[in-house]
Amino acid sequence: MRIIKNARTGVDRSAQARIEDDAWSHVADDAEVPAQGDVIVGLARYRELRATFAKRAGKVGVRVHSNQEAKELADLTAELPLIAIEFPNFKDGRGYTTARLLRERFAFKGELRAIGDVMRDQLFYMTRCGFDAFELKSTKSLDEALGAFSEYSVTYQGAADDPRPLFRRRAQAVR
Amino acid sequence: MYQYDEYDQKIVEERAKQFGGQVDRRMSGSIEELEFKPLRLQNGLYMQLHAYMLRVAIPYGLLSSKQLRMLAHIARTYDKSYGHFTTRQNLQYNWPALENVPKILECLASVQMHAIQTSGNCVRNVTSDHFAGVAADELEDPRPWAELIRQWSTFHPEFAALPRKFKIAVGASPAEDRAAVRFHDIGVFVTENERGERGFEVLVGGGMGRTPHIAPVIGKFVARQDLLSYLEAVLRVYNAYGRRDNIYKARIKILVHALGVEAFRAKVEEEWLQIKDGPLQLTETEIARVVNDFAPPAYEKLPAATALLSSFVLGKDRALGRFVKNNVATHKQPGYVAVTVSLKERDIPPGDMTDYQMDRFAELADRFSFAELRVTHTQNLVLADVKASDLPALHSELAALGLATPNANKITDLIACPGLDYCALANARSIPVALEIMQRFEDIDYQNDLGEISVKISGCINACGHHHVGHIGILGIDKQGEEFYQLMLGGAPGHDASIGEILGRAFPRTEIVPAMEKVLAHYLAVRQAPDERFIDVVRRTGLAPFKEAVYGPAPGSQKKPAQETVHADH
Ligand code: HEM
Ligand code: SF4
Repeated sequence: MRIIKNARTGVDRSAQARIEDDAWSHVADDAEVPAQGDVIVGLARYRELRATFAKRAGKVGVRVHSNQEAKELADLTAELPLIAIEFPNFKDGRGYTTARLLRERFAFKGELRAIGDVMRDQLFYMTRCGFDAFELKSTKSLDEALGAFSEYSVTYQGAADDPRPLFRRRAQAVR
Repeated sequence: MYQYDEYDQKIVEERAKQFGGQVDRRMSGSIEELEFKPLRLQNGLYMQLHAYMLRVAIPYGLLSSKQLRMLAHIARTYDKSYGHFTTRQNLQYNWPALENVPKILECLASVQMHAIQTSGNCVRNVTSDHFAGVAADELEDPRPWAELIRQWSTFHPEFAALPRKFKIAVGASPAEDRAAVRFHDIGVFVTENERGERGFEVLVGGGMGRTPHIAPVIGKFVARQDLLSYLEAVLRVYNAYGRRDNIYKARIKILVHALGVEAFRAKVEEEWLQIKDGPLQLTETEIARVVNDFAPPAYEKLPAATALLSSFVLGKDRALGRFVKNNVATHKQPGYVAVTVSLKERDIPPGDMTDYQMDRFAELADRFSFAELRVTHTQNLVLADVKASDLPALHSELAALGLATPNANKITDLIACPGLDYCALANARSIPVALEIMQRFEDIDYQNDLGEISVKISGCINACGHHHVGHIGILGIDKQGEEFYQLMLGGAPGHDASIGEILGRAFPRTEIVPAMEKVLAHYLAVRQAPDERFIDVVRRTGLAPFKEAVYGPAPGSQKKPAQETVHADH
């Protein structure tokens, strides 16, 4: 599967957005975890097998549903290489809050991946909230989707990519 | 008024361009309607019964004459030569073609306007008091705060897919709330604490719709610099915990109600403490920058207008006299007045204005009111800075345009939603009922006798016509495929907020206005003084006597069909 990746911070992220082959595979909650390879498992499974995962060959990331909150991961953000947040449908925006809190409050530094009902037109908001990897629902026009990152050159709010709201950046630009 | 700088301008231009791309992708079939829907919705583009409808944001209802001319141009070029001012201080076009919408957005961007977040489950256009900045009773001008909120909420990345739409209103007048602030998802009142410091009272969880709620106070005193962080905390709690399983229970009012005020406040404050002293804290520089844009215009030094106004009211020109009496409000600045221009003319759907009227009205704003105007949440316009001595000239110009109806706050100054004529969700038509009321009560002396009274009509339970807060509310319902109307009494949107109660069984189309006449006749018969308003009587007596006047004596006493009821002592 091919996914979109982007830098986490920096002004001109559109230049860094790219399409990559995905090195990770999802393991469904009822499927067996393969012995090797980089895998993404549900949060409950991770907690259950955390000790054995520490010795496993291959990295383990965690997948959370839209109703799971950032604070449920608070003790794991330092060790996890990847957290995937699921958008069950585009109207469910809880994942934006979860993402910002993971980055801004719980200092998560690994890959933050948006999965589920992810479409081109959410990418800009997602990247601002701290996502740096995107599994699009449809991979048919990934090239075109890269354009989403450059549609806006100005933002009013501070967010995970730059904590300063425009009014603080405005003030600095004048000086 | 607020002037866009290069950043603000860039955002609206980029938006027009982005939406152009989205429309192209839709027209070429590369995205489906299902995927296009959320995109067009965040741009104020709705699918109505017959066509698309485009909703243009008019932040806190303020427009320059230049902007109004552009709205006229768009109506002429891309629509059927009229626009419709709404109860949310916006303007709607009812007939734009999809392929023209990006061009319309470019036109709007060229005059610092947009259609961003005028629909969809996001923070909507921020509304405020239509007399903001000129009302003698305000603590300060609320519009700079509304503008700061507009900027903070525009394309907020975290709150683009809330459980449901989100409406914020700002008021600053302890004496009167002219913006129905308590019926918003968040209501903000400028206030002062015991130490005389300015800040905000923040109310959360008001709304109309099928479960009307008056918003309770959540933030009792939020300091000026903390406004945005407080709002961010409220939105974050709502985004995380608001219900998403049932759209009828998804508004924040349901969450506040379910958790209880104390528990909701605790959640907000817990979140707020984490971000309060962060970068979202407003700087004095930023507050000053925005406040500065709302500085008062260059008023002339004039004597007080009182004597002049009463000479108009009592003068020979009766049309002018009535107009001044009903449509002219006092002003902070001596010698100036604020003029309400009613868009409730007989035979015209409430809130509609033609391109020609817009163009001419823009000239009047240039000539008489520093090139600005306001849209009210009661679907009228206001010229807020008129010299009292200009009133005769202004009045005759307005009369020539059919815009001098002297009915502000009178029974024909009513609100009606689009209803079944335009809206796919409607149970019943609203506009024909509104037009019938305007005809039936046209006589202005009768209107003046009835005094201040508000009629609000919705075509279904969604309450776009605010029927819950009308002194008289009319709600369209469906009975076996036939249009019926419920009559409600006792609602009010202001500081004395109340929610109307249903009077009794619903009426078919032909009987709703006659029923209203019975209610009014009863009011005139029982009021204790000419200045005891309709709403005062409803509050004093309760609904029972009105019910009897309309439906006949309650069962138990002698039975009479409603039709034949006659009014005692009339
Ligand atoms: C014709 C197309 C329209 C449709 C399909 C529509 C749909 C709706 C729906 C579904 C609601 C209930 C939302 C909820 O409670 O969650 C609502 C509420 C509302 N609408 Fe509309 N509407 C339309 C036009 C308008 C217009 C033209 C106006 C302004 C004049 C308007 C103003 C409002 C207001 C003020 C509310 C109440 C908000 C609240 O509950 O606090 N709507 N509308
Ligand atoms: S109140 Fe009902 S009928 Fe009227 S516009 Fe709203 S949804 Fe349509």
